[in-house]
Amino acid sequence: MSTAVTTHRPRPAAQPATLRAKRLPWYAAPAIALAALVVAAAVVYGVGIGGPVLVVVLAAVLYLAGLFAAANAVEGRRSARNRTWSALIHSAFVLAVLPLASVVWTLVSNGFERLDGNFFFTSMNNIGARDPEGGAYHAIVGTLEQVGIATLITVPLGILCAIYVVEYGRGRFAFAIRFFVDVMTGIPSIVSGLFVLAFWVLIVSPWFNDGRPSFSGFAAALALSVLMLPTVVRSTEEMLRLVPAPLREGAYALGVPKWKTILRVVLPTALPGIVTGVMLAIARAAGETAPVLLVAGGGAAINFNPFENNQSSLALFVYQQAGDASRYAPARAWTAALTLVALVLILTIAAKLLARRNRLGR
Amino acid sequence: MAKRIEATNVTAYYGSFKAIENINLTVEPKTVTALIGPSGCGKSTFLRSINRMHEVLPGARVEGSLTIDDQDIYDRDVDVTAVRRMIGMVFQRPNPFPTMSIYENVVAGLRLNGVRRKSILDEAAEKALRSANLWDEVKDRLGKPGAGLSGGQQQRLCIARTIAVEPQVVLMDEPCSALDPISTLAIEDLMFQLKDKFTIIIVTHNMQQAARVSDRTAFFSIEKTGDPGRLIEYDNTQKIFSNPSQKKTEDYITGRFG
Ligand SMILES: Nc1ncnc2c1ncn2[C@@H]1O[C@H](COP(=O)(O)OP(=O)(O)O)[C@@H](O)[C@H]1O
Ligand SMILES: [Mg+2]
Repeated sequence: MSTAVTTHRPRPAAQPATLRAKRLPWYAAPAIALAALVVAAAVVYGVGIGGPVLVVVLAAVLYLAGLFAAANAVEGRRSARNRTWSALIHSAFVLAVLPLASVVWTLVSNGFERLDGNFFFTSMNNIGARDPEGGAYHAIVGTLEQVGIATLITVPLGILCAIYVVEYGRGRFAFAIRFFVDVMTGIPSIVSGLFVLAFWVLIVSPWFNDGRPSFSGFAAALALSVLMLPTVVRSTEEMLRLVPAPLREGAYALGVPKWKTILRVVLPTALPGIVTGVMLAIARAAGETAPVLLVAGGGAAINFNPFENNQSSLALFVYQQAGDASRYAPARAWTAALTLVALVLILTIAAKLLARRNRLGR
Repeated sequence: MAKRIEATNVTAYYGSFKAIENINLTVEPKTVTALIGPSGCGKSTFLRSINRMHEVLPGARVEGSLTIDDQDIYDRDVDVTAVRRMIGMVFQRPNPFPTMSIYENVVAGLRLNGVRRKSILDEAAEKALRSANLWDEVKDRLGKPGAGLSGGQQQRLCIARTIAVEPQVVLMDEPCSALDPISTLAIEDLMFQLKDKFTIIIVTHNMQQAARVSDRTAFFSIEKTGDPGRLIEYDNTQKIFSNPSQKKTEDYITGRFG
């Protein structure tokens, strides 16, 4: 305490005389971009290699270099770095959105041709190779029923499992559950299909079917459940962990029992996140082809009963039509793919709206 | 309806770490008792062991005896939720339930404990909000989210939520430390009024606040980091702040601590 203070304080950096700094004019960035584009085009077409893609790439590189140089000259080093990094981040964003936009555009432009009533209200029953008609009614029914049943199975099971792991689980057993859920996340869909084929279709279903194994939409739903369960458990687990401890303690301090606290305080708080996780699982399941082919068998006719006989699904329909020899088949495949994406999108939006409505706003 | 609390040799652990040791004190009904002391001396730990919130944390346990009107709250056949309904708690940071409206927050304790009747809930909500000096500010927006209020209003909402279940004792852990001076005064006023009905125990870091609101003051301290916290002195607030019998207490309240 009495020792003299000998540490040298670092001297404050030289203070700037003014807070104002030179700025590039607003038109500088667009002008540099334009110049880069012109130079790039001149170089590419002058030399005669490459096309418009190379022009854009070269222009982007030239733009970054030019922007850095100009900003460095006028505004100084820090500002130049700032501008270059912003430009890079924006480019990364464009790069990430590009494939997405391209997918959507391809789907819409190709799927438009068969976007008619006939497609949505007929099946492929009795449709020959020369028939331009035929639709995906049976496949839509199949997808809705299989994914619906799989959701009914996985959502309660997955949420209860996550609640156990987060709120009650201690020691080895909880650890084992978490470990196996992690392992399940990595199960390829074909393996889950094979599992249900071996277990349900070949061993269990003969009991209900006069001793003969039978394909069914329900078997497909089981296979999809195996795929959905880990996603639902993991995402619910994460969301439950995000609910702040003081919230639980606030409820306990009112004399509310633990189970009721979880049901009425913790779950509603985590609901929007849980819904997002469930929708991710549904989107994944709706796009699966292999398990449906393995255990529901596909089929051309409408079958409303998920517990008996073959069913198709949209993903399977896309797969089959895309590989079909008929010249009308590819158009059906595109429209079915568009329908599948639209279905998932509508479900996601509806679920989010519902979850939001639950969170006050009256 | 307020009750007397008696702690005898209360010792609390977090796993193998002993956070407080052999606390003995008696809190009289319808008084305000302040717990003061440096950070980490176990004030929160002691407070949380009074309504059995301590054991919520994994590995945490309490030894010794704590009685409320001669009933041991750590008795084996005591229902924890009944203890917590009798001994309410307000936390340092306001923690209204984010998915509930102001009204739902206030009646949460009743509703989640099975009260359904709208008329009872309405009456309880108004009464609790009035007692918490919040009614006039929120009566026109009871359906709005509780999280949309200011910090001070949120804290009074949490107080309203706590007193809506009509506890006998209210524990407050630094209820004003996240609030501005005006909200702090509002809550101090509130404590004066609540004293008529409830026994109040409050942890505070603010000496003036302890001196203003409390009848009795308990000073906790630790020897050094890692040691368990102990009760150094417990006496009438006036005595503690004018003429403490312990040197440590005097050092602490005059700011010459450590
Ligand atoms: N959740 C916890 N786990 C382990 N130790 C804790 C926990 N909470 C508090 N402690 C320890 O217990 C002691 C008392 O803490 P606390 O009661 O919060 O003190 P105060 O409220 O007086 O500041 C401190 O040493 C603190 O580090
Ligand atoms: Mg504390």
